[in-house]
Amino acid sequence: MLYSEKVMDHFRNPRNVGEIADADGVGEVGNAKCGDIMKMYLKIEDGVIADVKFETFGCGSAIATSSMATELIKGKPVDEALKLTNQAVVEALDGLPAHKIHCSVLAEEAVRAAIKDYYDKNGIAYEPEQFCNGDCSCCHEHDHHE
Amino acid sequence: MIYADNAATTKTSPLAQKVMLDAMERFWGNPSSLHTPGQQAREALQSAREAVAKAIGAQPREIYFTSGGSEADNQAIASAAKVGAKRGKKHLITTAIEHHAVLHTVEELKKDGFEVTLIPVDESGIVKVSDVAAAIREDTALVSVMFANNEIGTIQPVAEIGALCREKGVPFHTDAVQAAGHLPIDVNAQNIDMLSLSGHKFHGPRGVGALYVRRGAPLLTLIHGGAQESGRRAGTENLPAILGMAAALEDAVAHMEENGAHAARLRDALIDGLSRIPHAALNGSREHRLPGNVNFCFEGIEGESLLLLLDDKGIAASSGSACTSGSLDPSHVLLAIGRPHEVAHGSLRLSLDRENTMEDVEYIIKAATEVVNYLRDMSPVWKALQRGERDYVIQ
Repeated sequence: MLYSEKVMDHFRNPRNVGEIADADGVGEVGNAKCGDIMKMYLKIEDGVIADVKFETFGCGSAIATSSMATELIKGKPVDEALKLTNQAVVEALDGLPAHKIHCSVLAEEAVRAAIKDYYDKNGIAYEPEQFCNGDCSCCHEHDHHE
Repeated sequence: MIYADNAATTKTSPLAQKVMLDAMERFWGNPSSLHTPGQQAREALQSAREAVAKAIGAQPREIYFTSGGSEADNQAIASAAKVGAKRGKKHLITTAIEHHAVLHTVEELKKDGFEVTLIPVDESGIVKVSDVAAAIREDTALVSVMFANNEIGTIQPVAEIGALCREKGVPFHTDAVQAAGHLPIDVNAQNIDMLSLSGHKFHGPRGVGALYVRRGAPLLTLIHGGAQESGRRAGTENLPAILGMAAALEDAVAHMEENGAHAARLRDALIDGLSRIPHAALNGSREHRLPGNVNFCFEGIEGESLLLLLDDKGIAASSGSACTSGSLDPSHVLLAIGRPHEVAHGSLRLSLDRENTMEDVEYIIKAATEVVNYLRDMSPVWKALQRGERDYVIQ
């Protein structure tokens, strides 16, 4: 099989699908031209991610990584969610095929974009570096995949 | 399981299986050996050559067995290129929608200084004969145009292009992998100088194919060694596979009309059913189309997820989405007919044949409609389209 059982489970039964109408932070990443777009909605209470939903246009692993990312950050303090890495998503899914790793990068970016949106909307100060690790190829992943 | 991926491969028919088992039992000798088992194998090989030749209106000595369609394409193109180059002809013409066995071969020849013209197709996926005529030059060594496209099923005006090439004195090759056994082929009437076919697209075995080369046309060797295949393709012949392919092709040609009519009836019902999904569009010509081919783009969703969910519902299909192939770009064929990237990612190919039924079609329509709706429901692209924040590509 192309995908692990965990990936197939999250693809077939994605957790936290949908949108949050009064979300505190919304992040959308990806490009339809490249075949995947992820949109993440956050509801934040007392600095904790009280609820999270996602919408994804993309392949099986794009849906599965979005689903897993929401599971990994739900109920976590925002600053902890910000530490979510794509590797953590891949590991939680028992791995991804090499040419699908970019989906996990997209999931990480979607979470970060939603948190940044929350910070911006609420005037919460942050270091720009928190949302940029200096590796430009990371943000331009979709120009060349891997 | 409803198998609707016959353009990828077909199930080896009981007839072909029987012939192959029988060949292993009776014709295990080496056709190059002079003793009785060897000569029996040689005779069987000859009978297969006659059967394949007859199926396309060729002479037995014009048939060369290969490992499949890809090898046949490679040998035909490399041959014409080398022969042309000796006379200073280093220009090749093919089309934007060829199989990669052709496209990557001409790409490789560019490194040897060949110039390649890729003829575009119109939005229905058909090559214009006048475009080929305009592309032919004094130094054109080969024109290669596929008989029918593997993704969108469009049937090309092969006979007209063949006549044009004949008139201009340019060798004409056609990749007939999707057509052989499904569409009438007559290499003389259709002015074909070289033709590739593959055993597993008409219920024969895989790993075997044939290259037809018109008598007198030069053919160079890719695989060197023994004198098999008139010295043009070394290696002890894979006799069970060759016999299985020949039997399957004979059978397909004998029943072509009824099989084709059956597949076309299912195809048309499936196209009608899927057309009822909003913002869905058929890819390729409705008229000039392989009997079993259905290929759609659905706006707002991605093809791999569609495929996997259809598989869960017991339907085996295929997609031109980048994600299904492991490559980065969506189908070059869908891009060539003008589908933008975002829509090309949401494609689905269903290829039906004699083993499918109208019940299959009804089930596929129901399942595909459900899956498309489900995926659209979680797609931010679809939501944006519906809110009017994006423009529909498919009306």
